[in-house]
Amino acid sequence: MRDVLYLAWRYLAHHRFKTGVLVASITLILFVPAALRTLVDRSERQLTARAEATPLLVGTKGSPLELVLSSLYFGQDVPERMPFGETARIRETGLAQAIPLYVRFRAGKDPIVGTTVDYFDVRGLEIADGRSMTRLGDCVLGARVAKQRGVGPGGSILSSPETVFDLAGIYPLKMRVTGVLAPSGGPDDEAVFVDVKTAWVIEGLAHGHEDLTSPDAAARILKREEGRVVGNASLVQYNEITDDNVDSFHFHGDVAEFPITAVLALPFDRKSSALLRGRYEAPDETRQILKPATVMDDLLGDILTVEKFVVAAFLLVGLATLATAALVFLLSIRLRRREIETLVKIGGSKPRVTAILLTEIVAVLLASAVLAAALTWAVSGMAGELIRTWVG
Amino acid sequence: MIRIANLDFTYRGGDFRLAIDDLVIEDGTTAAVVGPSGSGKTTWLHLLAGILVPDAGSIVVNDVEVSGLGDRRRREFRIRQIGMVFQEFELLDHLSVLDNILLPYRITPALDLEEQVRVRARDLAERVGLGDKVRRPPRRLSQGERQRVGVCRALLPDPPLLFADEPTGNLDPETSDRVLDLLFDYAGERGATLLTVTHDHSRLDRFDRVLDAGPWGRRP
Repeated sequence: MRDVLYLAWRYLAHHRFKTGVLVASITLILFVPAALRTLVDRSERQLTARAEATPLLVGTKGSPLELVLSSLYFGQDVPERMPFGETARIRETGLAQAIPLYVRFRAGKDPIVGTTVDYFDVRGLEIADGRSMTRLGDCVLGARVAKQRGVGPGGSILSSPETVFDLAGIYPLKMRVTGVLAPSGGPDDEAVFVDVKTAWVIEGLAHGHEDLTSPDAAARILKREEGRVVGNASLVQYNEITDDNVDSFHFHGDVAEFPITAVLALPFDRKSSALLRGRYEAPDETRQILKPATVMDDLLGDILTVEKFVVAAFLLVGLATLATAALVFLLSIRLRRREIETLVKIGGSKPRVTAILLTEIVAVLLASAVLAAALTWAVSGMAGELIRTWVG
Repeated sequence: MIRIANLDFTYRGGDFRLAIDDLVIEDGTTAAVVGPSGSGKTTWLHLLAGILVPDAGSIVVNDVEVSGLGDRRRREFRIRQIGMVFQEFELLDHLSVLDNILLPYRITPALDLEEQVRVRARDLAERVGLGDKVRRPPRRLSQGERQRVGVCRALLPDPPLLFADEPTGNLDPETSDRVLDLLFDYAGERGATLLTVTHDHSRLDRFDRVLDAGPWGRRP
């Protein structure tokens, strides 16, 4: 066997260019469908698992997919906002636990998720370092965000302005990092979590500034009218919430009317689930309640159909390539007829000469298969990246 | 001893026929086989080596009736008993000089490639002046050097018979002499039988016998 392997190896090494082209072609043909299948499988599993872990989702009527992608995977498209009061409406039914979500702002490319600390319990997220957010302006980082930015408890994160040239728009808020979540292998690793009130501060619905009633602030007053004091342009507004200025932060307007993008509803039992869904069936209802798993099933069904076409196309191309490879092998053997005749004339045994030729073919196929498997394994870890790219 | 009796051979589908009633070649004989192209010299050599099987008659080589052996046994017989040298050298391009010399030991389970065989292969290469070129591929050798590699390959299993099919056909006179010297030296030292198909009549006087293949081949 050692001699067979040696002679086959010498032949392949001598014809390294031909061998390389053959291995590369067969590898590609094996790799593409395998990688596609693996990526779709893993993505499907990740998407489905998260959707199934989210029993019900409430949002403003519109695209169910947009609502699911925003609320579960923190996609860039922001669904139509609804009032925070919807959270109370659900709670008051006594049918489900309700967790608000406000997924609109970003810190660089990372989504800022405005929610409550209950979200961590619902998702089974644990704080690996530091503590949860306790004060306005605090944030907890997903594991990947913390790792990529090299930030931990005691550090800070700046929210991104929505439009650079919009002077009346969203200004950046410097947030204090109080904790880092343990890796979960999902979208929570990629997010910056804040209390929903902090998200409203980012939006400008709450703000903090110097105390205009203090004697030192006289120069900052524009006018006084019926118990109201209006500051002028020199009034300093805070873009960072600290222990010193946190008390100066206040909300203008009715908090129940403040915006959120969705409510995670966790019914206490199946009956509660059915009843809660019934509450949103009225024709004039402006909200929608949906099961994320159902929405994702529809989506994955479409993806699988596309994947089937792609795989079928590659199988056809693969068959053509393998047929070509077989032709190359046959032609190669034909070209080597004289060499084979020499082996026979010298007295080479038939099984051994056959084994040498077969080993060359098997080695090429095996190298291709191993290479394709290694490449597939390498890209299989990219399922999360694929979902991130796809969700945006 | 080689003994041929009532040999009859025809290529399947062909019109050439080789027939020899009786031929004996004693052990240790050096014989040249001459005759016009197409007279059946190479065919005769292949029949003796068991590469071809006669339609009738018997071929006995060193007490073995080659014509009666099956394919596997004929191959084993050939690789153990016969050293083959070819006009076109028939070296494998993808193997080095040393690997080409060792080739018979790698293509059959009938021979064991032991360390002493490797040593002997290097010695042979050294003896024919290729000691410093054993790592080279055949394409980086001259014609004469290639044939010397071919001779080393034939000699390595220490065969009692040497069959050479126009071994100097592609060589210049000086190189031809050197290659023939190698074959004759081996036959002399080993007491081996040397059968050489040749068109080179200027060197026939070196052989013990000259066999004329002319009468062997017939076409209807």
